[in-house]
Amino acid sequence: MTATHASPDHSLDSFGDAAASATRVTPGNALRPEDIAVRPDKPSDDVAEYALRLGDDSLILAQRLSHWISRGPELEEDIALGNIALDLLGHARSFLIYAGHTLGRSEDDLAYWREEEEFRSAWLFEQPNGDFGVTIARQLIVSIYQHLLYSRLVNSSDTMIAAISAKALKEVDYHRDHATQWTLRLGDGTEESHERMQAALEFVWPYVDELFDEDALFERLGDAGVRPSTLREQFDAEIAAVIDEATLSLPALPRAMGGGRRGLHTEHLGYLLAEMQVLARKHPGATW
Amino acid sequence: MTGNIATDADVLALAATVNDPEIPVLSIKDLGILRDGRVEADGTVRLTITPTYSGCPAMDAIRDDLVRVFQDAGHEKVEVDLVLAPAWTTDWMTAEGKAKLAEYGIAPPTGKAGHASPVRLGLTVKCPRCHSLSTREMSRFGSTSCKALYVCQECHEPFDYFKVL
Repeated sequence: MTATHASPDHSLDSFGDAAASATRVTPGNALRPEDIAVRPDKPSDDVAEYALRLGDDSLILAQRLSHWISRGPELEEDIALGNIALDLLGHARSFLIYAGHTLGRSEDDLAYWREEEEFRSAWLFEQPNGDFGVTIARQLIVSIYQHLLYSRLVNSSDTMIAAISAKALKEVDYHRDHATQWTLRLGDGTEESHERMQAALEFVWPYVDELFDEDALFERLGDAGVRPSTLREQFDAEIAAVIDEATLSLPALPRAMGGGRRGLHTEHLGYLLAEMQVLARKHPGATW
Repeated sequence: MTGNIATDADVLALAATVNDPEIPVLSIKDLGILRDGRVEADGTVRLTITPTYSGCPAMDAIRDDLVRVFQDAGHEKVEVDLVLAPAWTTDWMTAEGKAKLAEYGIAPPTGKAGHASPVRLGLTVKCPRCHSLSTREMSRFGSTSCKALYVCQECHEPFDYFKVL
């Protein structure tokens, strides 16, 4: 036992199991990482990184959407957005648990004890909710994108990614329907709803391109992942069809810089995380 | 005291007595959540369940109920595995389950799972109270992940519909 390198105490390890149990209703009562599948093999480093990206996208959006609960324009929308957030949280848990097998961290550890620059979500997911139109515009983009992505990932050579995607796909199908119907109603509604829906689309549109960016990870992933650029053509066609039917116009705007996959984020993520993580950090090991 | 659970069939029969915590008239077998049940060589009971929706919070309660029902029967060694594949579908719901749902006041899923177009078109949903086919969807999302909210245009009662997944 020589010198202590004991890091100052923000190190994640120092919380160990306490952090892992931060959201347990009672210890041992919740699904543990080893429960998510029957003794899965650890994913490779690359697949773990990929699962982290997929999980973070869903986690951040789930956090954003749950803010609508009790604030929806009508009771049914509180319930709808809350349900969609719950589905996304389920997808995030599955992906983060899987990534955590290799990263040596629990789902709670990954959700509550990472800093902004450690999150791998794209910028679109962390953008503020805005008015209901902005939320719907973001939902339209995300649900069409995720539906296309999961439709392909069901054939991933990584069986766990394929299984999570097959489950998510069925749920995202409902999310896409929800966003499509609202886009049609608001776009082809009153003069005001039309204008606000158009403004909403323009607000979120600059964040679309980042979803389709590729980096070296996709070369290493091979058949385990899906190159997002191969989804673009169909995405453009599907979203254009909805926008057109809603009497809206496709924005022509320059892209936002992006960089979420490398840990570069907009200023909004920090505030979101502060709210999401405060309880677990203020009371490490708390259970409720 | 394990004599009463000797075979896989015994395991499945006992596991099937566990009901869904959100829809207590349905067993996890009726719902298709219970996928497998076995007694292993060393006497361990191994059960396999699958979640209805990815975020379904009922899974924890179902796991606890399963463990408890086997422990009450004198079986201490119970393992519950959660599997994601193949993904759960309402097609697995038993005919008996659908009948019990309707009787309970929740319209059972109509038709088979599958998706083709971005706008979903469902089959007519029958009012579980007055059996009218004149019903209207109020919200595709309801009190739990698996349900949508409908209203009957004849008897004017709102009701839950277990949506196709």
